[in-house]
Amino acid sequence: MTKLLSVRDLHVGFGRDPKANEVVKGVSFDLEQGQTLGIVGESGSGKSVTALCINRLVDFGGGRITAGSINLARADGSVLDVAQADEKTLLGVRGRDVAMIFQEPMTSLNPVHTIGAQIAEAYRLSQGLTGAAADRASLDVLERVRIADAKSRLGYYPHQLSGGMRQRVMIAMALAASPRLLIADEPTTALDVTVQAQIMALLAELRAETGMSMIFITHDIGLVAGIADNIMVMQNGLAVEQNTTGAVLDHPQHDYTRHLLRAVPHFTAGAAVRSDGSRANTAEPIVRVDDLAVRFPIGKAWFAPRGAIHAVDGVSFDLMPGETLAIVGESGCGKSTTARALLGLNQRHRGTITAGAGNSSHPVQMVFQDPFASLNPRLTVEALLAEPAIANGRKRDAALRERMIFLLGRVGLPEESLTRYPHQFSGGQRQRLCIARALMLNPDVVVLDEAVSALDVSVQAKVLELLVDLQREFGLAYLFISHDMAVVERIAHRIAVMFAGQIVEMGEARAVLSAPQHSYTKRLIAAVPAIERRRQHFAVDMTQVPSLVRPPGYEPPPARWQQIGGDHLVREETAHEQN
Amino acid sequence: MAKMLAALFRHPSGRIGLVIIGLYLLAAILATLGLTPHDPLKLFAIDRLKPPSATYWFGTDLLGRDAFSRLMLGIRQSMFIAFASVAIATIAGTIIGLLAAWWGGLWDGLFMRIMDVLLAFPAILLALLIIAVVGPGAMTSIAAIAIVYTPIFARVVRGPALSLKQREFVDAARTFGSSQTYVLTHHLLLNLVAPLAVQVTLALAWALLTEAGLSFLGLGTQPPTPSLGLMLAESRNLMQHAPWLMIFPALTIMLGILGFNLTGDALRDILDPRTQGRQP
Amino acid sequence: MSYVVQRLLTFPLILLGVSILVFVSIRLVPGDAITAMLGTEAGLLTPAQRASLASYFGIDQPIWSQYLRWLSGLVQGDLGISSIYGKPVLTVILERFPLTLQLSLMAMVIALGIGVPLGVLAASRNERPSDLIVRVLAMLGQSTPSFVVGVLIIYVLSVWFGFVPAMGTFTPLLTDPLASIGQLIFPAITLGFAFAASVTRIARSSMLDVLSDDYVRTARAKGVTPRSVIWRHALPNALIPVVTLSGVEFGYLLGGAVIVEQIFALPGLGRLVLDAITQRDYALVQGTVLFIAFNFLVVNLLVDLAYVALDPRIRIGGR
Repeated sequence: MTKLLSVRDLHVGFGRDPKANEVVKGVSFDLEQGQTLGIVGESGSGKSVTALCINRLVDFGGGRITAGSINLARADGSVLDVAQADEKTLLGVRGRDVAMIFQEPMTSLNPVHTIGAQIAEAYRLSQGLTGAAADRASLDVLERVRIADAKSRLGYYPHQLSGGMRQRVMIAMALAASPRLLIADEPTTALDVTVQAQIMALLAELRAETGMSMIFITHDIGLVAGIADNIMVMQNGLAVEQNTTGAVLDHPQHDYTRHLLRAVPHFTAGAAVRSDGSRANTAEPIVRVDDLAVRFPIGKAWFAPRGAIHAVDGVSFDLMPGETLAIVGESGCGKSTTARALLGLNQRHRGTITAGAGNSSHPVQMVFQDPFASLNPRLTVEALLAEPAIANGRKRDAALRERMIFLLGRVGLPEESLTRYPHQFSGGQRQRLCIARALMLNPDVVVLDEAVSALDVSVQAKVLELLVDLQREFGLAYLFISHDMAVVERIAHRIAVMFAGQIVEMGEARAVLSAPQHSYTKRLIAAVPAIERRRQHFAVDMTQVPSLVRPPGYEPPPARWQQIGGDHLVREETAHEQN
Repeated sequence: MAKMLAALFRHPSGRIGLVIIGLYLLAAILATLGLTPHDPLKLFAIDRLKPPSATYWFGTDLLGRDAFSRLMLGIRQSMFIAFASVAIATIAGTIIGLLAAWWGGLWDGLFMRIMDVLLAFPAILLALLIIAVVGPGAMTSIAAIAIVYTPIFARVVRGPALSLKQREFVDAARTFGSSQTYVLTHHLLLNLVAPLAVQVTLALAWALLTEAGLSFLGLGTQPPTPSLGLMLAESRNLMQHAPWLMIFPALTIMLGILGFNLTGDALRDILDPRTQGRQP
Repeated sequence: MSYVVQRLLTFPLILLGVSILVFVSIRLVPGDAITAMLGTEAGLLTPAQRASLASYFGIDQPIWSQYLRWLSGLVQGDLGISSIYGKPVLTVILERFPLTLQLSLMAMVIALGIGVPLGVLAASRNERPSDLIVRVLAMLGQSTPSFVVGVLIIYVLSVWFGFVPAMGTFTPLLTDPLASIGQLIFPAITLGFAFAASVTRIARSSMLDVLSDDYVRTARAKGVTPRSVIWRHALPNALIPVVTLSGVEFGYLLGGAVIVEQIFALPGLGRLVLDAITQRDYALVQGTVLFIAFNFLVVNLLVDLAYVALDPRIRIGGR
């Protein structure tokens, strides 16, 4: 095998004094022709900056390579030190030798040019193709990335395509130059898990077809397990461990790698579910939701409504005191809308929500996904925590302060936090503040809407632990909304799977995760990356989510449920749904 | 507030802007207290059209009045009109924009269409229409500039207020039942202070410009009260013989507008998270 | 397409609001309506003549019926009779309009022609000396009112070069294009000066925003040349705010023409408004204000449609 890339002692800094503000502090690695390297790390580890140095795009973000070398074997057999190359040479490297795809498919394509024009440009730049030849090549490459009806899609603008489609267009653009190295910077992080599985399968097939090398950057070690030959783990600008994938996963040497593998939630298909709190069927449910429907009319401004988005259509479930019910599903399935309807943030079209007699006037409280958006940046922590109490007629007195300090202590924050502002806390700490605020009114139920999704993986684990502790201490019931099966596995007693506005399967967590019955649940669980399953091969699956826009007066057919075991219900599928 | 001033002072163009505004405010205060080098209205008959000298720093005009003292009074007049009109426009515009965003629906449509009607006139033309109706004068200028800028403030407030209304902390407030007043004042208004501060500073620059423009046309502050625009207009016939009568009012107007523009720009830099260190 | 539909539907609504506002404000003029209509001549009338005029003009009717009557005249192009000129208001306006239109368009061409390239240049040399110079110039330019620019231009031309720009005359563009443009070049520079500065600033900052967008990074990753990154990938996106600004600024140009025409003694629409106000010719005030507002609205509508053409996200709509 020949060496494609050899990076030695790479240092990168930002700002006016790049030596003082180093983000990458001496990283070395090699990449053989045709091999795939996975770079794993959390935000701030320097993994993306390292990758951006290989085609020197880092220069445009204000970064500077302060020391080290990046030797790249080019197509003509010469070796170039990218770290020292001038901009003119680099223009020839970018696209031709090194292609790149990015995290945000929604913003990475130019909104004013058609995708055909953008792909054709890549052909013109790398192979000198113009006119009809470039168009034909663009059509071919779109078909290679499995875009159906490729001919008409060439005339589309990026905003007319879904996230997964756009990422495929990005890949097509990268392939246009037949690069020797493809850098993929968190290419699936912004996508749904089933779409992620499609993109991963596609990348694996393309790599086999073309024999190109890949550098795959991710925060999820489980994701690269299936595709990488070697893994490099980064933390705070340093490569703390690198070895073959098998060695890193099975015999991790560094503490941080072990932490990433053990402390962080990984999906294990039901093996890691909670063992506490079995459901007591005798108790009265604390919340009962019956036949809930939420609809958003469309096109009603000037004319009669053209129909409605049936965001939630006939959802029913019970929540017992002290238990966690997780609602899982992908974006647009209606799980967040259900949560918001529970708190009256969305208008119900139909259905009843009954909250049992609890110990508070506001028995249901909520923690939101984004800890940066759910705390008013202009208020102190004291004002933020006091708000629920003041809203319910309490005075801002010593007793209230006492409770704030108690709850801050319970979520692991010091008393001095009271005088600080939200921006002085990290993401994890802010989410702890949100949890403390939700507990101020002494609720029975806390709705957690993607409450750990915006956090780094190792912070996620700690917040999940905290949530479990608080649940036991205060006897809380959780309605846990999430798209992340690994996280859900750690906290849920029961799981409801939502698809296209309806619950398709519901039951005890272990049963649903280990023996899914509904075709969608099966597909969803198969798509979740897992270290144990890394040697399995997945075919490219192109199933699309159906439209939720319905004509006026449409009512869904009544649900027919099938009972599997003691506490496991599956919705019967109609022939229409199965295709 | 003190923090914002300190940050402004650290910003290179903010510092220049603050110094200029400070000097203008000082001149306005001194003029109000009557502490000008000479009586701005007194005619020194023997000293007509004198060039700048130790006695008359900026020279004298055709009637023998001290140009420097008159400029100080002109600054006072301009600053008074600018601050008064912008204050009215800020309050009225903020209330309209905030309520339009909060109530939404028909109210929003009604309020904003009325604002659109006002915005359909080029600013100076709307001011001229009001002057045509009421007759020229300082109070008319204040009213005219205030009416011209109210819809601009309403728009500036409505946009961010609409997006704040969708923010999760407002949703959170609703889940624990906070009152409308609390949400409007603490969650919306408090977060609008920053964009409003920028807009107010930039509007002051525009108000100075508009006031000077109106008095340049003879439709603002009426003589004998000195005003910057009128002094410049009067200098036109004398520019061959007494260029100082033109240069100093021109510079005074420019510098004042520049001061507010620089400060407003610096404020926007400081408050805009995007410009705080562009990183990948 | 719903954006365009909405825009087209509100247009007549705003127009109606504008006409009501203008109508009502002129009725608010202190003194009786006959004086408001005839100006100073009204002082010579006997009470009987007043009464017959009042019924002739329909002033004895309730205000809404007066408005409807006025509005129905308006849609037929009847804006009343100017007391200064003794001619129909519309005739007077149409005589003066070509000058103001040409002046505003020339100012706009100057402003965009200078502002866009300077803004792009400054953004592509962010924080380097040429950027700083452009920024300082733009800041100064934005802070210099047109009447200061105009007075300074006349001063410099006449005192330093002994050249007095042609004042008070105007040759229509079609009669003698060169002479016409020559006569208006200095007024157009005066009018477009501050606009050029704000175009520069907007173009620069929007270009900077766009240059840090993800799709520009994508283009660079493809190996697109720096020149092509700027002109092909960034500029079309960066121009969107510039186009929006141009619509708003065109109104300011029409308004600014009042001042510039006064300085250069040009017989345009702006001068006409001023004359009408100072000589209390209210029919003329009403007519010119309405006419200018109408033009401003039409230009803004056109700009919005141009905006739609530039941005496929609005043109084609979402999925």
